[in-house]
Amino acid sequence: MMSFISYLVNGISLGSIYALIALGYTMVYGIAKMLNFAHGDIIMVGGFTVFTAMSTEWCPVWLSVVIGIIVCTVLGVVVEKVAYKPLRNASPLAVLITAIGVSYLLQNVALIIFGSASQSFTSVVKNVAPVTIGGVTISMETIISIVVSVIIMICLTFFINKTKAGKAMLAVSEDKGAAQLMGINVNSTISLTFAIGSALAGVASVLLCSSYPQISPYTGSMPGIKAFVAAVFGGIGSIPGAMIGGILLGVIENLSKAYISSQLSDAIVFLVLIVVLIVKPTGIMGKKINEKV
Amino acid sequence: MKVSKKILALSLAACMTVPFFGACGSNSASDSTDSTAAPEAEGDFTGTMVIGGIGPLTGGAAVYGNAVKNGIQLAVDEINAAGGVNGIKLELNFQDDEHNEEKAVNAYNTLKDKDMKLLIGTVTSNPCIAVAAESAKDNIFQLTPSGSAVDCVANDNAFRICFNDPNQGTASAQYIAQNGLATKVAAIYDSSDVYSTGIYEKFAAEAANQNLEVVAAEAFTADSKTDFSVQIQKVQESGAELLFLPIYYQEAALILQQADKAGLNVKYFGCDGLDGLIDQLGDDVAISEGVMLLTPFAADATDEKTVAFTTAYKNAYNGEVPIQFAADGYDAVYAVKAAMEKAGITDASISASDLCDALKTAMTEITVEGVTGTITWTADGEPTKDPKAMQIVITENEDGTKTGSYAAL
Repeated sequence: MMSFISYLVNGISLGSIYALIALGYTMVYGIAKMLNFAHGDIIMVGGFTVFTAMSTEWCPVWLSVVIGIIVCTVLGVVVEKVAYKPLRNASPLAVLITAIGVSYLLQNVALIIFGSASQSFTSVVKNVAPVTIGGVTISMETIISIVVSVIIMICLTFFINKTKAGKAMLAVSEDKGAAQLMGINVNSTISLTFAIGSALAGVASVLLCSSYPQISPYTGSMPGIKAFVAAVFGGIGSIPGAMIGGILLGVIENLSKAYISSQLSDAIVFLVLIVVLIVKPTGIMGKKINEKV
Repeated sequence: MKVSKKILALSLAACMTVPFFGACGSNSASDSTDSTAAPEAEGDFTGTMVIGGIGPLTGGAAVYGNAVKNGIQLAVDEINAAGGVNGIKLELNFQDDEHNEEKAVNAYNTLKDKDMKLLIGTVTSNPCIAVAAESAKDNIFQLTPSGSAVDCVANDNAFRICFNDPNQGTASAQYIAQNGLATKVAAIYDSSDVYSTGIYEKFAAEAANQNLEVVAAEAFTADSKTDFSVQIQKVQESGAELLFLPIYYQEAALILQQADKAGLNVKYFGCDGLDGLIDQLGDDVAISEGVMLLTPFAADATDEKTVAFTTAYKNAYNGEVPIQFAADGYDAVYAVKAAMEKAGITDASISASDLCDALKTAMTEITVEGVTGTITWTADGEPTKDPKAMQIVITENEDGTKTGSYAAL
């Protein structure tokens, strides 16, 4: 039983990082109707920014984290302006390919600057002893990942439902044209979405690199893909869906590693995804939209 | 719209210049290759023989390729300074393959145009297998310093310096049992990697013969190699006394860090893939204390040959400490020298094919006292030598920071 709880807690921790990344995918999809495959690489850029800032002597840990989040936010907005905005009216396929292009561009620039060898990342909560609750040892990184993710999700839900800018996002995601007619600035709303999504990627990068203390130009790609799966799992475009999808994915991954086979865990995760999509094609929380003919 | 187009154009221009600078960097690297290979003094040599070398000088595996190249160059310079091999001056031409099969074959063809007589390479397994097919067709002698996959030396013209993968697994199980390190062992291995699985399978097979009980065998794949919490917990629950890690140092570093947090208390044992672990751990180096690895070479071993090699290497390459791959490259040149002397090669203009036939036979008759051990070869290209076990020791510096180093067991 003790070990089950331990597997579960670690799964939730992994899942909450997936959820943070998945939020970025799902928000951008909900509003711009595009899959931003460069999202995973923004995490990598965030990780390297924090890594570089922390290795300078004058920069304290909290400032490094803030710088990382700011760089991610700016990068997200710049990528949107330069690469995606000119293609606003192009076919979805062209935008998808552009996103993949941006992803490779970021990876290769990082390869040139930092080299391909993975480097050791110093955890932001260094030298804090793990906590033991009722015989289950939980590391500080795990606790912080879960707590930070929960706080961010609550804030984000509040922001979307209660503030003017959040409601504008909801309106744009439902009908871009109608939102514009109602006086909402669609372009700045989309920019805001990218900014928030990328800031979340910045937070995720700190949690990811602290829990698994290594960084390389490929750090973001696999978590990015897993988070995309989580977003589809939960229902792409749905914010609570991304949270539930991310956490479920982490828990399923860890429990299948523990009780079925460590070798087959990825196969099982994707099998569950296929089953969910067969039963409920819009994902767990996805809304069924009736197309008018 | 106009402004954003300008930004787009600017950023595109920036993108194009970045790889361009990158290319400049690699060009200058290959230029320096040529200049180091330039003859220093035309003494009383009867002729010059071109030795080809192939390995990754750039890209992800660059650390291995550069180490091998430096090791080879050091040995070539020493041999030339001492009068060459039977009066023949050796000249190294080392080409970059970026750890890529196609580029390795291209490099091989370039070397053939440059009148290569024999090949030391390639450094990494997959390109090595690709080049081995070509060198067998041309009947050119090939000696790989570090290609450890079984197929690297499948042809009769190919030999290797390092242990092959299965060999390391068997030797590890034997070492653990014979030194009474543990009776219950666990293993975490990469099921998507041929190196890791190859070692693990032979380890598991030999463990049964040695009365070692494998109580947990946990795998991971290249797609999920960051979170090891489950594998570590299962090892903890299995009651294992020793954790065998036949993997590369990047993942091993993550496993050690996560195991430390989970409070796992076992001995650690690995193979040559763990070489590099100390640097990877950075500030966390203290947790690697006592990690044992089976590797044929450790720079701070105190035997005479290793000390001489390490000192010469440091002097030649700005104080850089040689890794196992540098030692493999160094031994490869001395193996070639011994084989050429055994076969009585005195004419540098001998054809590559004739040289290959002569060396093939000579290789099985020589014994090389190298820095990676005393080596003899069987006709199928495999080396016979004793593996050495090393242990990581941690010393504390005056300012309170810690440094790790390898010590022979």
